[in-house]
Amino acid sequence: MEFIGGIDVGSRVTKAVVIDKKGKILGRGTTMTGAYLAQSAETALNKACQIEGIRFNEIEYIASTGFGRYQVPFRHIQITDITSNAFGALYIFPKTRCIIDIGAMNARAMKINEEGRVLKFRMNDKCASGAGRFLERVALALELELDELGSISLGSKNPQTISNICAVLAESEVINLVTKGVDVEDIVQGAHKSITDRIVALLRQVGIENEITLTGGVTKNVGMIKALEEKLEAPLNVSADSEFAGAIGAALLGIMRLEKKNLAEN
Amino acid sequence: MIVAGVDVGSTATKSILLNENGEIIARGLTHTGANVVKAAERVFNQALKMADVEEWDIAYTVGTGYGRFRVPFGDTQITEISCHAKGAHYLHPGTRTILDIGGQDTKAIKVGPKGEVIDFCMNDKCAAGTGKFLEAAAKVMDISLDDLGVISLKSKKPLRITNVCTVFVESEIISHLAWGKKPEDILRGVHNSISGRSSSLLRRVGLEPELTFTGGVSKNIGMVAALKEKLKLKINATEDSQYTGAIGAALFALERASIKSVTTN
Repeated sequence: MEFIGGIDVGSRVTKAVVIDKKGKILGRGTTMTGAYLAQSAETALNKACQIEGIRFNEIEYIASTGFGRYQVPFRHIQITDITSNAFGALYIFPKTRCIIDIGAMNARAMKINEEGRVLKFRMNDKCASGAGRFLERVALALELELDELGSISLGSKNPQTISNICAVLAESEVINLVTKGVDVEDIVQGAHKSITDRIVALLRQVGIENEITLTGGVTKNVGMIKALEEKLEAPLNVSADSEFAGAIGAALLGIMRLEKKNLAEN
Repeated sequence: MIVAGVDVGSTATKSILLNENGEIIARGLTHTGANVVKAAERVFNQALKMADVEEWDIAYTVGTGYGRFRVPFGDTQITEISCHAKGAHYLHPGTRTILDIGGQDTKAIKVGPKGEVIDFCMNDKCAAGTGKFLEAAAKVMDISLDDLGVISLKSKKPLRITNVCTVFVESEIISHLAWGKKPEDILRGVHNSISGRSSSLLRRVGLEPELTFTGGVSKNIGMVAALKEKLKLKINATEDSQYTGAIGAALFALERASIKSVTTN
């Protein structure tokens, strides 16, 4: 049996999946992205291999994606984040037409067709507003763990408007709000709403069409999902695999590339 | 007669006491922190102690800066733009343009021959090009904010910082460090990035000599050097540059106090 690996080297977390040639996911692995991207990629893929006891050298083909995709020395191919995300989202939710991908460093809105081809996309990659980093800064200012933000925000009754868009200036604003005695849950949900506004603006630019699939690390944040669904007045597709959309897409594109290659060689 | 000016900035709070001849008799400086009111009281008391006077000796107090409305003992509030213009004119009478880089915003102000504001523009939506940008660099590099400028001057091959967003620059610096780049080259790149953003603000108001550099970042000699190189211009910056806003506020206080004493007599 031959296996294909997909590695998504994100700016915060590196995700990897191992799939068989039929596209079945056999293992998933994640690790925090360190300064040495090659090492993070290897760690994540090793973790994914361990699930089914697959050995690293049994992997026939490796596709990398994400901002660190060129720093994976053992890759056979690198694929842009946009393309791999589109394929991954369509694999997880076959009726996907729009994708919202919120990672640590950038937020993207994409529109795709039924084959997973990207028709249009918009992204925010010049500034941390609207990206996961914004939430990281808020968590830091509130002395909370990033993973806690979602559940805490669900208790919010009067979300507090955060007027600064800049993540750095918002951090000072959050500290001032705490000093003024504003409830933490209202500040957190305010931060979620601030990001939501920026994402929905991106999504409107590509044109909203159902179904909408959410991908990226922010999919683990229930408060963020709630804020987006409220603003869009539509349910979002989210699953445990949403975080792996990029890695899954890369692996699937890896299969296609491998088949083409084998066809050409025979 | 003694008057006071208190400048409550986002990062530092400054106070100045002037005598009736307009001479500086005391200064106060503190971190603003989360409690703006306490910071204002702290610097005010520092200055009182330095001049060895009591609160009731102060004829008039003007508050300025972003926290000016929360100076509990202030007689009136005046915008930091007007105060910087007046203060810069006091320190350097030939001032026609001011660059004020504070903790959270950067301003370019064009002033007339008497220190009156003609035009200004500011960057307050984004931390790029402000003191926060330097703070972020200091934090990730584990270097004291006060040392950044000195270290940057050692650079022979400044790096180009490609990100504008302060948050992303932190990651960029970390990866430069991981690749073994020299701290001084990274820092010179950081200073050049701020001077680039400052120069475009200055161009928008129309840069005319003399240029006076004010705000907390004016203490940074690396920043002064980077600006000089970029603008090819002499830059006024002194020990008192950080107090420019407070000086301007105190000068306004002096004017108001004189009017008040005339009307009461």
